[in-house]
Amino acid sequence: MNKRVVLPLVVFAILIAFLAIGLTRDPREVPSPLINKPAPAFDLELLAQPGQHLSLQDMRGKVWLLNVWASWCVACREEHPLLLEFSREALVPLIGLDYKDQRAEAVAWLSRFGNPYAAAIMDVSGSTGIDYGVYGVPETFLIDKEGVIRYKRIGPLTREALRNEVLPLLKKLDG
Amino acid sequence: MAEPTPSVEALDARVRDIASRLRCLVCQNQTIADSHADLALDLRAQIREQLERGATEKDIERYMVARYGEFILYNPPLHASTSLLWFGPALLVAGGLAGLGFAIRRRARLAQSGAPIAHDPDDSLADS
Repeated sequence: MNKRVVLPLVVFAILIAFLAIGLTRDPREVPSPLINKPAPAFDLELLAQPGQHLSLQDMRGKVWLLNVWASWCVACREEHPLLLEFSREALVPLIGLDYKDQRAEAVAWLSRFGNPYAAAIMDVSGSTGIDYGVYGVPETFLIDKEGVIRYKRIGPLTREALRNEVLPLLKKLDG
Repeated sequence: MAEPTPSVEALDARVRDIASRLRCLVCQNQTIADSHADLALDLRAQIREQLERGATEKDIERYMVARYGEFILYNPPLHASTSLLWFGPALLVAGGLAGLGFAIRRRARLAQSGAPIAHDPDDSLADS
């Protein structure tokens, strides 16, 4: 074949390859710089017990999930049944971070839809959320025994993500 | 409320200036200065607070990048993973110019050899 035909075809194929890779990626998903970094410290009031606090230190030695959620967050309802299911299996503690929310509304939300959390803490100002780079509630973090963030999911947790990403990592870290 | 003093205005201007170089992650095509999203408000407050504490622009940039990644910077730093972004356009221009140069020289050569350009067998797809 003539190189006049081959060259444009090669250029076209390269272009197609780039576009095809582009299509498989979500531009809204920002890779977190926090993966494999120590989880930012926090010391926040418990939703259910005003006056009592839970801090990052309290979770040392455990593999656990931090789920950022809020009663005003519509997408949180989407992942909620999955969280309830997960909490029934009680593999690791699931801690809820109630992001920029009102206590009464959050409590009402949990009693209406069910409470999957071993404990829920309140980030009223949203400053812990900023430390964790939260920008799209819900978000889920997997934190290991040394307090290092090993996984982060932005947006609702899906069954596939739970089965293919979270559970294998949990087994590995908790083994 | 006290009358805004020049230093307050200066602080406002610095907050705006820094915020205008940061991407709002909730509404990705706006800057933190332009956005009315809740997170953008919080981050502007955070910038102001840090400036009041005496932080430099570099400090604030580092603070944001540590949490949200380099994606938050509208002006991406130059390193290996961003080199294609920085040099890609120049490479494309160079490639185009080289191709153009080859084509012009070829045509000049063909014209000199006396062959009519329109009948260049290599120019026609049907001949391949």
